[in-house]
Formats: sequence, structure tokens, C-alpha cells
Amino acid sequence: MIAEIGHAALIIAFAIAIVQAIVPMIGAQKGWSNWMYLAVPAAIIQFILVLISFSALTYAFVVSDFSLQLVAANSHSDKPMLYKITGVWANHEGSLLLWNLILVLFGAMVAMFGKNLPPALKARVLSVQAMIGIAFLAFLLFTSNPFIRLPNPPFNGTGLNPLLQDPGLAFHPPFLYLGYVGLSMAFSFAIAALIEGRVDAAWARWVRPWTLMAWMFLTLGIALGSWWAYYELGWGGWWFWDPVENSSFMPWLLATALLHSAIVVEKRNTLKAWTVLLAILAFSFSLIGTFLVRSGVLTSVHAFANDPQRGMFVLGILAVAIGGGLTLYAMRASTLKSNAVFSSLSRESGLVLNNLLLSVSAAVVFVGTMWPLLTELVLDRKISVGAPFFDAAFTPFMVVIAMVLPIGSILSWKRAKIRKSMQPLWGMMALSVALGAFVWSQNTGGRMLAPIGITLAAWVVLGAMAELGSRAKIFKVTARETLRRLRNLPRSDWGKAVAHSGFGLLIFGISAITAWEVEDIRSVEMGTPYYVDGYEFTLNSVGEFEGPNYVAIRGEITVVKNGETFNLYPEKRNFNVEGTPTTEAAINSTLARDVYIVLGDPQSDGRWAVRTYIKPFVAWIWIGIIVTSFGGLISLTDRRYRVAAPSKKVTRVAAVPAE
Amino acid sequence: MKKIILLLMILATPLFAVLPDEILDDPVLEERAREISKQLRCLVCRSENIDESNSGFARDLRLMLRERLVAGDTDEQVIDFFVDRFGEYVLLKPRFSGTNIFLWVSGPLFLLFGGGYAIAFVRGKTRETQVEALTDDEQKRLNALLGD
Repeated sequence: MIAEIGHAALIIAFAIAIVQAIVPMIGAQKGWSNWMYLAVPAAIIQFILVLISFSALTYAFVVSDFSLQLVAANSHSDKPMLYKITGVWANHEGSLLLWNLILVLFGAMVAMFGKNLPPALKARVLSVQAMIGIAFLAFLLFTSNPFIRLPNPPFNGTGLNPLLQDPGLAFHPPFLYLGYVGLSMAFSFAIAALIEGRVDAAWARWVRPWTLMAWMFLTLGIALGSWWAYYELGWGGWWFWDPVENSSFMPWLLATALLHSAIVVEKRNTLKAWTVLLAILAFSFSLIGTFLVRSGVLTSVHAFANDPQRGMFVLGILAVAIGGGLTLYAMRASTLKSNAVFSSLSRESGLVLNNLLLSVSAAVVFVGTMWPLLTELVLDRKISVGAPFFDAAFTPFMVVIAMVLPIGSILSWKRAKIRKSMQPLWGMMALSVALGAFVWSQNTGGRMLAPIGITLAAWVVLGAMAELGSRAKIFKVTARETLRRLRNLPRSDWGKAVAHSGFGLLIFGISAITAWEVEDIRSVEMGTPYYVDGYEFTLNSVGEFEGPNYVAIRGEITVVKNGETFNLYPEKRNFNVEGTPTTEAAINSTLARDVYIVLGDPQSDGRWAVRTYIKPFVAWIWIGIIVTSFGGLISLTDRRYRVAAPSKKVTRVAAVPAE
Repeated sequence: MKKIILLLMILATPLFAVLPDEILDDPVLEERAREISKQLRCLVCRSENIDESNSGFARDLRLMLRERLVAGDTDEQVIDFFVDRFGEYVLLKPRFSGTNIFLWVSGPLFLLFGGGYAIAFVRGKTRETQVEALTDDEQKRLNALLGD
């Protein structure tokens, strides 16, 4: 019964979305305020209905209602409760329902908190949001209904892929979707602005917090996925340039560009058409990502052809959203001209360069991801494009970004003087190069990767510090005055410095792990110590271990270095129901290094295959990403942007000193 | 121990990429083998290289690769050896030839066009400054007019 309620709620939500797409839009065109106002209750009710539907499906998973096809195919009564719940979105239908839930959640948030939006803009935004809702609710209802009953329910379910029974991956999709779908807000605002033919500072101020929020979640979602791959897949890689990863990385790159270009619109009322285009593209790439992942086209072009219904549906949504968005853009972009002026050496130009590098790098990832599909479809030629290509074709852009970031970021608006702007940076530049030189002198291998990477990392972090320092007139006024100035800097300035520093820390982590990782593969005799990179390892025992829904073989390895001792327990698990094995690497993690051990199979002579890694500073990859998104959070709390609720005072508050 | 052996039989799939018995005695040769195997795709997996893959197929390829190296092949010869047998699909880094040239030059091309457009945009913005700013002469005339 509960499942039927969930299904019915979805159908009603679909009907309401149709009304919400049409009525407020007409109202906005004609200036009928009660037609426009309809969008608000419609968006809220739509959210409540989809929430009911989502709760119904969650309930079915929690009580293991195997009369539902989806539950029977993806769950099992012995599964721990956490994974019963996360199992809701660990499958196609459920994850699509989650996608819809987040979509209507964002709509409801605009409806409830967007009290100060001009009524016509708000009506149009919610109408566009409802159009996206129609498409995805239809996708769910007509091709991927999660509430299908089985005529003969099985006694128990077939379980959930063991790789997904893991905290990192359990929460990876919700974060990623909050990011993907959050970008739909930027899209809706862009379309609404094109219909109105008006983009101004106020528009940018409303769009930015949504984009910032989406970007934060997307960042964390990608980080969770990368972290999961690191500890679960058994060789400690953290990024593979897999097409699925690329699908989330392209919207991230464009969302990052959008965040920056929206600043220019807000502060300087220029770059408007480009910002609108980026908003359309960022969400389009979320849709492309969804298409690539959901249609099966990645596994093989032919897999897609075998079961084309779902793929065709997303392709249809893609065509309408991207085609419609870009057509509207082509028709209306010329109305978005601005007459702002700035010199070629200015913050504006710096941000144009930022946008150029980010969008070109996104294009490179796009071409690399699509190339194998393209050559197979057009030339019938099967080729692969993998990590070695992306390492070579993508990394240079990031190197250049890191080089110019501190400079572009410190330039003043309109017209900057190079000597004055660079003044606080020279010292930091010298310090970074000195640090790189020191690393180079210590580096016996002679590879340039570590020295260059660490110079760049230091330059980005120190540059961000120098900028804060110069804003606070450090050394020019008393220490007390500097502190007072630092305290009074807008939160967005702090957010910027923190986010940029996080990027620097990420570069540090990546360079260190790439340059200095030590790997050791050997067969180990029980009780006989072996040595890797100054650590002593002893395999004490290998025994059996029973988990809640798996049995494992578990090794005990004692690690000693400089009198410090700890034990690691690498496992090989076999999940009872699903029958598939997984490795559980044992990791001892500190800020300076991870010791990472994987247990292999016993060898014929009674030894055990063991892989041991010393991964220097690898934790800084994730620390960097978390710091970066934390910078976003700080910016979000800037009083100018209080999420979606720019207060009426905003126009007056806007007289914050120009940067 | 019997239980463990039983468990191992359940764990039929080996979950280990490079196995200790594969490793060559010559560390230089082994290092080359690892570098090459990171560029070759495991054909039965989904976008994994043979260095990371746990599949039996990848193991066969790794052994084959090391045989070639021990026989004295250069890196290029080894890679050609695999391309001859499995097609260019095996290469994770497509060759700079034929239609793949477009793939390789796409980044620089985008940068060129995008950069050209960006420069034109920024220069347009600065030129407006020049148009709008008054020359000294004009300023004098304006002052004179306003002074009147």
C-alpha cells in the first residue's frame, strides 16, 4: 500500500509540475501577479509529494519489502541498516528518484527563501525549474518506475554490490546530485534572464549563492568518490580519468568558471552574456554526465543500442535543454551588452583568463571522453583514451592556472598597476622558488615533478596569504590595526583566500604522491620481517574473520619505524549473498604519509603475496579539497549572499569598499 | 587452516594486480615494464590498465610484456607488438596519427581560438576606454565651455 502511495504522489507531482511550468510563465509575460504567485505553493507541494514518494521507497528498503522488484533486485534482509537505506539510491531507479527529490528541493527553496526576488523573475525561474522537473519525473515514471510490484515476491533479495556497501560510496551520490542538480538553479536563472532580456548585478547576486552551493556539494561529492577509490580499489590510486569520473569533472570545471565569471557580472556588470552561456553549459554538462553514466553508452556503443529506451529519453532531455537553451541564447544574448570598461591589466582580465583556462580544460576533458565514442560511431575504429592522454593534455592547463592565480587574484578592478599589485607577491614568489629549489636539492631521483609541483603549491598558498595581508595593510599599520582589518574583511574575501589555499594544498598532495610514492610487491614469509622505505613489516598471522554479512581472511602485520609500532589488518572479504570478493586495504594515515597494505593470495610455498605502499602526504589531496569547499562555505555566509535570501538592505550593503 | 583454504576456494577470483612471481629480477627492466603496462588497456575490464587490473587476462599481458623486454625489445617494439595483436584499442594514449591528430591538437586549438576571442573581448573593453576618455584638447574645450 505504501509503495502505491509513493507512486501516486509521483504522478500528482508530475501533474503539478506541468501546471507550474505553464501558468507562472504566462503570468510573468502578461504581468498577472496571481498567476505568477501560483509557482510558490506549486513548488512547495511538489517537493512534499516527491518527499513522500522517496520516503515510501526508503520504507520499502528498510522493511525489506521484496514484493517490490527494485528492493528484491538490490537489497537483502541481512544487510546492515545503513546500507539498506543507502541502497535506495544505489540503483538506477532509486538514484533517479533522489535526483528528482533534490531538484524539487531546490525549487522549494527558491519558493520559500526567494522572497526578495522580483516576482516576474521568480515566476520564470520556478517555471523553468518545473520544466526540468517534468522531464525527469517523466523519465522516472515512464522508463524507470521504482514502484513496480512482483507477482511472486521472492523469499529474500539478491543483495547489493559489495563495492557499494561502503560509507564513502554510500554518500557519494547524494553529494554529487546536490551538485549536479544544484546547477539546474543557475540554468533556470539563466533562461529566465534570457526571456526577460536582463542580466544585472542583482541577478548575479541571486545566482551566485546557488552556484556556490552546488559547486561545494559537487566538490565534496567528487572528493568522496576519489577517496573511496583510494581505499577500496586496492592500489591506492585517487583519480583514474575514467569516463564516469570525467562526467562529474566537466560540470565541476564549468561551475568553477561560472562562480568566477558571476563575480565580474556582480561587481562590474560586464561579461554578462558569457556568464549566462556558462550557466547553460554547466547544467548541460551535468545532463551529459547523466546521459553518459545512465545510458550504458560508455560500456559500449552497442550496449546502448540494445536497450535504447532510457538512453533515448535522456538524449531527448539533453537535446531540448541544451538545444533550447542555446537557441534562446543565440536569439537574446545580444540584448545583454554592457558598456563597462576595464584595462587589459585588471581583475576583470584576470578572471577572463581564469574562465578561458577552465573552459578550455573542460573542453579537453570532453573531447577526450567522447573521442572513443565518436571514432567508433563515425569511423568504426575502436580506440581508447585513458589516463596517459589526460595527464599530458589536461595537466598543463592546471599548471598555468596555478602560475597566474595569485597575480590575477590580487589585481585591482578596472585598472591595475603591475608594480603596485605585484609588490606583496615578490617575497612569496621568491620563497616558493626557494622551497622548490630546496626540494630539488634533496630529490635524488632528479625528476622535476616534485620541485615544480611544490613551488606552485607554495606559490598559490602563500599568494593567498599575501593578498589577505596586503588587504589588511600588514606591516604598514600596527599589528592591532592589521588584526582589526583582517576581522572586518568581507567573508567572501576570506572564502576566496581559503578556497585558493585549498587548491594549493591539493597541488602539494598530488605532486608529493606522484613523485615520491614507494611501492613494494613481494611474497612474505610468516614471521620474517621485510623492509620498505625504512619501515619494518612483519606478517604475524592470517586468520578468519566474520563480519555482519561477509566472511574475511584477515592478516595481521606489525609495522615498526623509529621505535613506533602499530598493527595493520588488511582483509579479503567475501560477501555471503552476493558472492563477490573485495579487498580491504589496511591504511595507517598521518599528515606526513599513509602506510597502505593489501593482502594477496597465498603462494605455493606457503608465503603470502603482500603489496605495501608508502604514500607521502597523500592525505593532503583530500584536505586540500575539503579546505577548498570550506572556502566556498565561508563565502556563502557572506552577508551579501545569505543563501537565496538577499535582504532588502542588499542594495545599500553593496557599497562595500571596492576590492 | 582448512577453513582458510575453503574460504580461498570461494574467493576464486584473484584480487591482486602485479603478483610477486611476475616481477623481473632486473630492477631497471621491471621499472620499464611497469611504465609500459600503465599505458596498455586491459581489454576485458572497463577502462583499467593492465598494471592495475586483477584479471587473468591482464596478468597474461603483463607476462607477455616482460618476456618481450627480457628478449631485448625496446619500449616502442613492445608497444608495437601489442598493437599488432590487439589493435590500437589496447593503447590508453592514442598515437599522434590519422584522425587522432584532431584529438591531440584539440586542446591547443581551443586555447588558440578561445584566447583570440578573449583578447579581442578585453581589447574591445579597453578601446571603449579610449573612445570615452577625452583628449587634453577636448578637456580644455569642455572646461572652456563649462566655464562660460
